Amino acid sequence: MGAKFVMTDDQLKELKEKIAEHKQKPGPLMPTLHDAQRIFGCIPLEVQKIISKELGESVAKINGVVTFYSHFSIEPKGEHVIGVCLGTACYVRGSQLIIDEFSNALKIKPGETSEDGKFTLEATRCIGACGLAPVFTFDGKVYGSATPNLAKKVLQEYLAK
Amino acid sequence: MAIRTEIIVCGGTGCMSSNSQDIKNEFEKQLKALKLDKEVNVIMSGCFGLCEKGPVVVVYPDTIFYAHMTVGDVEEICREHILKGRVVERKAYKEATEDDVMKIKKFREINFYAKQKRMALRNCGMINPFDIKEAIGHDGYKALGKVLTEMTPQEVIDVISKSGLRGRGGAGFPTGLKWSLAAKNDVKQKYMICNADEGDPGAFMDRAVLEGDPHSVIEAMAIAGYAIGASQGYVYVRAEYPLAVERLNFAIKQAYEYGLLGKHIFGTKFSFDLEARLGAGAFVCGEETALMASIEGERGMPRNKPPFPANCGLWQKPTIINNVETLANVPQIILNGAEWFASIGTEKSKGTKVFALGGKINNTGLLEIPMGTTLREVIYEIGGGIPKGKQFKAVQTGGPSGGCLTAKHLDTPIDYDNLTALGSMMGSGGMIVMDEDNCMVDVARFFLEFTVDESCGKCTPCREGTRRMLEILEKITKGKGEMEDLEELRDLANTIKDSALCGLGQTAPNPVLSTLNNFYDEYVAHVKDKVCPAGVCKALIKYYITDACKGCGLCKRNCPAQAISGELKQQHHIDTTKCIKCGACKASCKFGAIITK
Repeated sequence: MGAKFVMTDDQLKELKEKIAEHKQKPGPLMPTLHDAQRIFGCIPLEVQKIISKELGESVAKINGVVTFYSHFSIEPKGEHVIGVCLGTACYVRGSQLIIDEFSNALKIKPGETSEDGKFTLEATRCIGACGLAPVFTFDGKVYGSATPNLAKKVLQEYLAK
Repeated sequence: MAIRTEIIVCGGTGCMSSNSQDIKNEFEKQLKALKLDKEVNVIMSGCFGLCEKGPVVVVYPDTIFYAHMTVGDVEEICREHILKGRVVERKAYKEATEDDVMKIKKFREINFYAKQKRMALRNCGMINPFDIKEAIGHDGYKALGKVLTEMTPQEVIDVISKSGLRGRGGAGFPTGLKWSLAAKNDVKQKYMICNADEGDPGAFMDRAVLEGDPHSVIEAMAIAGYAIGASQGYVYVRAEYPLAVERLNFAIKQAYEYGLLGKHIFGTKFSFDLEARLGAGAFVCGEETALMASIEGERGMPRNKPPFPANCGLWQKPTIINNVETLANVPQIILNGAEWFASIGTEKSKGTKVFALGGKINNTGLLEIPMGTTLREVIYEIGGGIPKGKQFKAVQTGGPSGGCLTAKHLDTPIDYDNLTALGSMMGSGGMIVMDEDNCMVDVARFFLEFTVDESCGKCTPCREGTRRMLEILEKITKGKGEMEDLEELRDLANTIKDSALCGLGQTAPNPVLSTLNNFYDEYVAHVKDKVCPAGVCKALIKYYITDACKGCGLCKRNCPAQAISGELKQQHHIDTTKCIKCGACKASCKFGAIITK
């Protein structure tokens, strides 16, 4: 379900160039995975196989590393990514109510992408904007001193577009 | 034309989130329009610390602190303050004097800053992190020059040992001793690592240093490299800190251009290369052996110690790992001497500590205090107390590894040993304040949920044990707990503490143990009386509308379950059988008429 993964020739070329660059230094896997995540928005098995071939590591190992770190995802994310901070400062100021609001409105649980591939809801770790707690991000833009009402308003604005 | 005024706009993550970049651009535009751009400099610095008042702008040399700035305010400040020399009272930061008159306070006189001693943060909010010349103008790389031209590696280690500097990442291991362990190994290749994988939720000290003063860390890395005999360094930094990563990478590039990294630094035999490596969202990678596994391109799982990294670390070579804040202190110690540093703080904890103050506190932000300052001074004098006249309940230090302290601990001087003795820990410096509306059982559950999620799964006590603890806590917060559960919780906690492989697992029970010790009554209330005294645990509360209700109808419109009824201008009512306890009504009520009990 959710968004579909496609790979263009340009993206593939960029990945291979980056791998060649990282191979010059010790420990090339993590920097490679960061680039792959940035280029494709996710690291599905097809991409893992390419990395495996280029770096001479088994797909099993690469899959193990990809799935260990929460920053890497195997499935493509939705068109819009909503992140609700569940760091301690935000949590004690009520960010659970905000994630519940998004979750109810979009009918998805945290970590899921909506059926139409439009929205991904994430419960994020502390983004360090504790002075503005509670916060959520909508496509990277930070909304501070958030309330369930603000969440509703922001979502409606995007849906109306 | 000489520069007569400098305008510093805060470029920390908090202020950047509220558009401080636009404010800086607007200043430049307005100054140009007034033809002042040749005599007034606009700089974007790192975090000022007082995030609550952001976006923040400070005008020098008068050091007027403008709070909650918007793009719309810029024109007036340029026209009135910069051009005519009249402070814009409307936006300038004010504090009540003794006779309760609100008076403009200059930057360093603000209560928030008055008690602080900024050493690790000395340049944050002062300099432009994108300009190495500003760092050099503030003594940057002077200590490195001194070390390379006047001191032997052993002398460097001696100074750091004598200063009493201890690791600021949490455990508080003496830095000088750590360095000497690696220095003793007579091998060609050694590594120096800076741990900037600041994973504690609610802590952002390291990020502030990297964003505001990256050169202090780069300089300290080279000094440490010289002391232990390493020619390669890595800064392992969270990918979730894009701004810190960008500024660090830029600063490293500049340091290379100036010959302060690379081959033959200051024309000596010493060469040092430095590279940033990104974490990928795994809390356990803050543990040093897991961090090294991650750099090597493995799953970030810790391993048994010994062998300690100082003997066998990254790629099996001797490796020293220091935290960002620890390193930020090093150049100052070299320049001012071990005695100077040792004169600050308490008997066994020297120097200062940076804390990220958050939660239910008026002045959220970043602060640096001498060791030995009391929790009360931090919360009430620097932090400005609890908002909305609520009652202080607890302060949590040390993140998921720490514990909750209560009102009776407020006069404890903060240092490593005192906090550990009270069942919490210094940790990396997160300090979250909670008031009467926070449920301590729920807070314990929150931290356990975090640990369960972040447990790497390698050892059974942590993988299985923390999950069992979470299940019990969930049972209690749902009103299904029994008194035996509390004993089992304590048993499990002590077992995990004793048997887990790494620091993450060994400290994971702390939030539970400390709340069991300090807030046992609250657990009992959940278990025996099936109530949540703070009104947080959904299964145990109901929403009510009190007679403070004005009948505005806002809650009724916001209720997603149509559970609220009532005529306009009359007290409304909640049908508790329909209520889904989402809290939308309480959040929308402007009169505080909706309560939970």
